[in-house]
Order: sequence, then C-alpha cells, then structure tokens
Amino acid sequence: MFEGKYVVALGERDGVPGPAIEEILTAAGANVISTVTECFV
Amino acid sequence: MSTNPVVKAFAYLLVHTPDFVRYGSKPHRETGIDPDLHRQIASHLRSFEEAVAYPPNQVFLGNLHPEDLAAIPEPWWKHPVKQAKANGAYGDFVDQEAFYGFLKAADLFDLVYLTPKFTQIVSNRLKQHHLSIPQDLEKLGTGKELDKIEHAIEEQASLPLYHMGELVGSFQRHHEEDASLQAHVLMENLMTKASGAIAVRSLLRRAGYTPDDADYLISCSEEAVGDRYNRGGGNMAKAVGEMCQMRFATGSDTKAFCAGPIYALVHGASLVKAGVFENLVVLGGGCLSKLGMKLSGHLKHDMPILEDVLGGIAFLITPDDGQSPVIRLDSVGKHNIGDGSNQQDIMKSLVVNPLERVGLALSKVDKISTELHNPEITVPQGSGNVPLNNYKLMAALAVMRGEISRDDISRFIEERGMPGFSPTQGHIPAAVPYLGHAAEAMEQGKLNTALFVAKGSLFLGRMSQLSDGMSFLLERNPGLSYEKKA
Amino acid sequence: MDAENQTTIMRIADEYGAENVLVFLGAGDVEGVEISAETLVVGDPSFAGPLAGVQLGLQVYHILEPSLKQYIPGDLYEEKLGIFELVIDGQQIEQSLSKLREQANN
Repeated sequence: MFEGKYVVALGERDGVPGPAIEEILTAAGANVISTVTECFV
Repeated sequence: MSTNPVVKAFAYLLVHTPDFVRYGSKPHRETGIDPDLHRQIASHLRSFEEAVAYPPNQVFLGNLHPEDLAAIPEPWWKHPVKQAKANGAYGDFVDQEAFYGFLKAADLFDLVYLTPKFTQIVSNRLKQHHLSIPQDLEKLGTGKELDKIEHAIEEQASLPLYHMGELVGSFQRHHEEDASLQAHVLMENLMTKASGAIAVRSLLRRAGYTPDDADYLISCSEEAVGDRYNRGGGNMAKAVGEMCQMRFATGSDTKAFCAGPIYALVHGASLVKAGVFENLVVLGGGCLSKLGMKLSGHLKHDMPILEDVLGGIAFLITPDDGQSPVIRLDSVGKHNIGDGSNQQDIMKSLVVNPLERVGLALSKVDKISTELHNPEITVPQGSGNVPLNNYKLMAALAVMRGEISRDDISRFIEERGMPGFSPTQGHIPAAVPYLGHAAEAMEQGKLNTALFVAKGSLFLGRMSQLSDGMSFLLERNPGLSYEKKA
Repeated sequence: MDAENQTTIMRIADEYGAENVLVFLGAGDVEGVEISAETLVVGDPSFAGPLAGVQLGLQVYHILEPSLKQYIPGDLYEEKLGIFELVIDGQQIEQSLSKLREQANN
C-alpha cells in the first residue's frame, strides 16, 4: 500500500507519538517524509 | 526515621484574570485576524464568583476532594458549589482587582501604568488582602494620567490593560527592537513573577515560616526571562524570592516543559538530602500564554471560557520532620534518552520502574497522579481527556504485566486514578495538584503511597523529537503513629 | 490540529501531490482523530487554521486500524502498539476513517 506514496506521521503525545509511528511504518516499507507529534495541552 | 526529605508545606493559587484572556497566545493571535472575536470573548467570560464556585477550582484549592468531583454531574460549570469560598484549605483565589495590585508591586521597571483612579481602587483592595505586605503598597505610586496611557498605547506599542472591560492602564515594552523585551513578553513574565510570589507568600504563612527562614528557591514556571542576548536566561526564582522579602535565600530555575514541577521537586529534595539547603521552596507561577487556549471549543459549545485563571503552586521541602509526607528519592522514575518515544516504554520508565525499585507492584500503589488537566476544558476542543487517557495506558500496562485482568481496567482507574481538576496552565497540572490532597490523606492515615508522574513535550521547542517525563513516589511518613488510621 | 501542522501538511500536499500523500494519525481519542482527519480531508472544521475551507482530500489512516496490522512485522507491532489494543478501539476508528477515505476518493 505504500508504493510510490509519501507518508506523514502525525502522532500525539498521550497516544502514539510521531517517532513511534515513523519507526513502525518504515519497518513496513513506507517512505516517511515528515514526523510530527502533537501536544494538546 | 527515614533519611528522605519531606514536603513540609504546600500552597495552591488561582488568579482570576478574565481581562487578560485576550492576551493568551491563541486569543491574541486570533483576535488579530478577526477583531469581532473580542465581542464573543467578552460575552463568554465568567465573574469572579462563578470562577470560585466552579467545582474543579474548589478541588484545586482543597475545599473539595477529587473523589467529590467524580460525584458531581457534568458539565461541572452548570453545577456550581454552593457557598463556595475563595480561601481554600490549601490555597487562595485572588480576584483581578487585587492581582493588578500585586502585578504593579512586582514591577520594578515602570512597565505597568495604571490610571490614578484605578490605582486608588487597587490600593484599597490590596490593603485588605491577607497576602499583601506594606512594601507592595509603596510600589503602587499615584498612577499615570489617562492621556499618557493612551499615548503609550498609540505611539509606543504598549498594550492596553482592562478591568471589567474598561481601560485602566497599559503595559510597556522596554526596548524598541528587542523581541525579548516587547510588552507582550514582559507581561507574560511579570504575571508569572507576581503569581509565583503570591503562592510563595501563602506557602510561608501556611508553614508558619517567616521570609527569613527559607534558604533556596527553585522555579519551574514556563516562561523565558531575558533580553536579546540571553533569551530564557531565567532566574525567575530569585525575582520571586525578592518579592517575598526572602533576604537569606537565593535560587535558580529548573525547566522541563510540563514535567518541570516533578524535576524541580526531585532536584530540590536531593539538595535537601545532600545537606546543601534545609528549607527549600519549589514554585511555579502562572502562565499567561495558556489563557483561552481552547477558546474555540468553548465558544462552539456556547459555554464559558474556562481558561480564565492563572495557576500557582509552591512546596516547602525540608529534612525529615517525622510527620510530613516523604519524597522517596530511591524511587525516582525517568525517561532516558535511549528509551525512545514508544508509549509502552515511556510508561514502563515512569510508572513501573520507580515502583519496582521500592518493591511495589503497579496494582498495589494506593493512588497515581498524572497530569490533571481538567477534561471539561480540553474535550470540547477535541483534545481528549488527558488524565483518563493516561490512566487507561497505565491500566493496560498492568494487564500486560499480568497484575490485573482485562475486566479490572475500569476498577483500576477508579481506585487509583482521579478526574482532572487543574486549569490547563502548562506545568501547573503536572501531577502535583494532588500533592496537597495526598498529604492530608496521609496525615489522616487514609493513604500510604502515591505516585506522581508527569510527561513533557520536548518536540514543541523544535530541538528534539524526544518525549520526556519524570516521576517519584510520595509516602506516608513512617514516623507517624498508625493509631490515627481511620 | 494546530496551525503549524496544518501548514506543514498543506506544503507537503502541494509539493508531492495530494494523491501521493498518506497521513497516519496516532491520537488516542476517537473524537480527536475524527477532527484531525476531517481537517485533512474537507478542511478545518473550527475555521481557525490555514486549512479552513481547503479540501485537501488526503488519504488519512490511524496507525491502530486493524487492517494495517498485516503490513507491520508482528514482534514490532506487539512491542510498540500492543498496549494500545487494550486502550483504543481501532475497529471504531477504522470504520470512521474508511468513510472519510471514500469521501476523499470521490
């Protein structure tokens, strides 16, 4: 599903943080081009 | 007697600042785009009495307990506490008029102009305030004429100051070209200083201390004091100590985003344990930039703007007195650089490891306090229930470790957790709003252990993608007799 | 979603083409996930950020959607995401986001 796609990891501090999403998706073969973590407070 | 330091006293502070909501980061930016927003903000502000009677604020001040809040139907803003008091068992609620007096008293560089008429009103109000001192009144002066104030606003980029919607003064910048000394930045810093100082004065009173009795202060507030050559240079702590006339103390700041208070308490307790200082104050002043942060959610749901208060916290750490709750320094949990940003690892570092170190299972600690952001503030904006989400993760971890079953998750949260009751003032909600409640319950023999956990968002400063956090276990003083146990 | 992140994603969609960009969310709150996804598909519902009135039509997923599990090595999934299976209802999120993805495709 990741072929030819550019992936943005938009994580959340109290959920799954950005770097964790990036690590998982990279292992799944995705090309992660931007990683951000949101903090709502 | 244990050799660990204790939290000998604590004080909490709320300051009602409805006319400063416009200067919170979010409202300030958005009213710049849409000036009509000022009208909407004005029609959704609360009176001081309404803010005092708001149930989560009463819990913050110690007049109600977190378990009382859990029993009050939501929305809490529709269920005011009857005969609510501004003076709390653990702290004080300061109204805006009095706060203008404290703000002017904190101002040593003529940053705050107030009209002569308003100066008189503020002076009368401050004279009666139990946390003011004679030196505050001397600093009020006689005020600045309205035409001078209007000129400063029109010609010198000063920011207008309002009370009940009426122009009463202005806030000056201190350098034309220095972004760090613009009026908005200095306002943020001075409000932290003034609120931090009120909290510390309250702490000293509650501890039965004079200002001469403390020897060190650590501020964990979220602001950046400094000029263009040293932005964030800091030492808010010493400025606060000066405003509290603490002649024999000095201080410094410990910053770690929202986790700051836990770091500051651990540093402070360590300095006391090492014998470097004996009467150490950890303080956090209020955070102007967070006012009205979730305002669009509140306006959308036609509810009052609940982020209309500054918070303040202060704790006194001393060597063991045989009574006060103990900070178990052998329990300190930390998020290591190599731990990564995986939630499971973060929770293990901050919750499981510290407890294991002192021989406690996750399912055996009496209470866990996490960041206690009031969900009624965050949920309408789609920002979730922060404490509940964290408690769920802790419960899930207990399931994965085989300590509880999947069916016990709700009970785990109910027994060990609590609803959020803190204003969303950045570092203020960092687990420590529960410390006063824990200390009281420990003194009464109703509680033996409580874990304090807070996380920080380093990535917000764009220097690191890392998560962060720290934790420690608070324990009933072993020196207390168990006869009192209820 | 804050304004900076909206700007970042808008720039990426512009640079790489919206049809080539996949966004993966990690928020723990279902309502929060829906608001973020809506922002990236049909525009900022609060009308406050740069995506107000901008229909990017991006494909938005949540990292915990059950059908994604097949793409991720099992041990890594267990290690990094195992805890969330007890906390977040991935099924519910998948249902809600797949509707939005269909909408984005149309």
